[in-house]
Amino acid sequence: MGNITLSAVTKTFGDVNVIPPLDLQINDGEFVVFVGPSGCGKSTLLRLIAGLEDISSGKITIDGRDATDAAPAERRLAMVFQSYALYPHMSVRKNIAFPLKMAKMSQAEQDKKVENAARILNLTNYLDRRPGQLSGGQRQRVAIGRAIVREPAAFLFDEPLSNLDAALRVTMRQEISELHQSLKTTMIYVTHDQVEAMTMADKIVVLNAGNIEQVGSPLELYHKPRNLFVAGFIGSPKMNFITGAEAAKHGCTTLGVRPEHVEVGHGDWEGVIGLAEHLGSDTFLKVQVAGIGDLTVRVPGERGLHHGQTVRLHAPADKLYRFDASGMAM
Amino acid sequence: MARKSSSLKTAVVTVAAWTIGFLIFFPILWIIILSFKTEGDAIKTPLEVLTSGWTFHSYAEVQERSNYALHFWNSVVLSVGSTLLALVIAVPAAWAMAFVPGKRTKDLLMWMLSTKMMPAVGVLVPMYLLFRDLGLLDSRIGLTVVLTLINLPIVIWMLYTYFKEIPGEILEAARMDGANLRSEILYILTPMAVPGIASTMLLNIILAWNEAFWTLQLTTKAAAPLTQFIASYSSPEGLFYAKLSAASTMAIAPILILGWFSQKQLVRGLTFGAVK
Repeated sequence: MGNITLSAVTKTFGDVNVIPPLDLQINDGEFVVFVGPSGCGKSTLLRLIAGLEDISSGKITIDGRDATDAAPAERRLAMVFQSYALYPHMSVRKNIAFPLKMAKMSQAEQDKKVENAARILNLTNYLDRRPGQLSGGQRQRVAIGRAIVREPAAFLFDEPLSNLDAALRVTMRQEISELHQSLKTTMIYVTHDQVEAMTMADKIVVLNAGNIEQVGSPLELYHKPRNLFVAGFIGSPKMNFITGAEAAKHGCTTLGVRPEHVEVGHGDWEGVIGLAEHLGSDTFLKVQVAGIGDLTVRVPGERGLHHGQTVRLHAPADKLYRFDASGMAM
Repeated sequence: MARKSSSLKTAVVTVAAWTIGFLIFFPILWIIILSFKTEGDAIKTPLEVLTSGWTFHSYAEVQERSNYALHFWNSVVLSVGSTLLALVIAVPAAWAMAFVPGKRTKDLLMWMLSTKMMPAVGVLVPMYLLFRDLGLLDSRIGLTVVLTLINLPIVIWMLYTYFKEIPGEILEAARMDGANLRSEILYILTPMAVPGIASTMLLNIILAWNEAFWTLQLTTKAAAPLTQFIASYSSPEGLFYAKLSAASTMAIAPILILGWFSQKQLVRGLTFGAVK
């Protein structure tokens, strides 16, 4: 089981209010991603759930039990850290067995569970090595192994992939997703990378300055962002925001249109291509449109568009996002 | 050209370093030389001292006149005992200051160090009276406690700096893995800090071994370590250079040998963090 409920949780460091009163419900088996720019409080929130930091007020419930004042060890949660935080003086085997040793499990049972975890994570041949002799990806697997042997109520991941190179990150991302599908245990995952959030999450929690901006499935956030912040944060490249007369024409303060929704070759907007990035699969254009400003446009495939060319652009009415003066979606 | 001048520079620096090293070591060397001379030769001019005959006479006499084994054993018990006792107190203290510092932690560290700035003789009378009333005069237990207390600030400071180098996330990982405070210190922190703890121990053993003020003031015979053994040769009967040197050589030999074999460890420990 892994139901976690936060009720009116706050955190202040000295005079700084990092988390204003916050409510959140995480259901058993969910893969929840906390995403937001750096300094938005997502790691702090995870550490509050873990019990590594004390909350200033409010209540944390794990599986119906009040865990507000429980020590980290008593919460039955396992955590994977950004720096892996492996014990450098222990072999991989001892690293993975450490939580079992702390739980005073018999040696035979420890061995069985370690072997099992090593098999799942392809670490069997490395069990007698020290963490210093492993690559980044292997270290991350050991950290995950150490988390899964305990069969915790939930896993907490604190930006676990940010120290890996791009290719390895994609592989590990898939491995973690597969792990979630086979274990069906609650996972809470912190990242600043919206691609990780979109690809892995059942539920995304978008945080900004300690506030929850929106909670929803990846596609809900993509299609129905609640406000300007979420609209700008989810999606890559970033959504175009248009203000002024063009927005007023649509009866809003800010008009949003995603780069992938802009059609090239026809329409009312005319602009000059400032920059064309050719990726092969896509072309990203930066188009200077008179009276509107710079628009980012994503064109699938290769259409031979280049710098200095004048193009006509069209944004379909059903793909427009409208925001009011306070930045909320209309 | 550049290479030539730099090799000249290296040569000058090397000669200077060896000279300084030799000057620092010279008193010890001279004591060792004198210990192999007769009392008569030992007070002659340096040139005559070097050219005179060599003898083990002083060692034989020192052995005969005093109980080296007892003093040696006392030194071992006091230095090792006070070091272990200091570690038992200092490891948790340094843990607290390194990983859960409060607003006043820095002040506390400074205050502890400030006690080392006070001249020991300032508290001699109250200490002596306390020892007398508690029946601790000339006892190993009493002296072990005193040596622990006077070196504790340095031990805590050293451990604190080593512990600061250990990433807090590793200790948090241990906490998440179900370790209580005792397991965290015993299975994670201590093994990771072994180089630092080892060099702290070595340094403290050396400090305690050579501590002369309190050992001379608070012991006479039963608990007297090697410092008292040396001092007994500059007694009312007069100064006996050869025997005093022989006693000194015997007193410093164990710690010199320990220091020689552990110098790698010591240097590594003392520069821990500085090179990383």
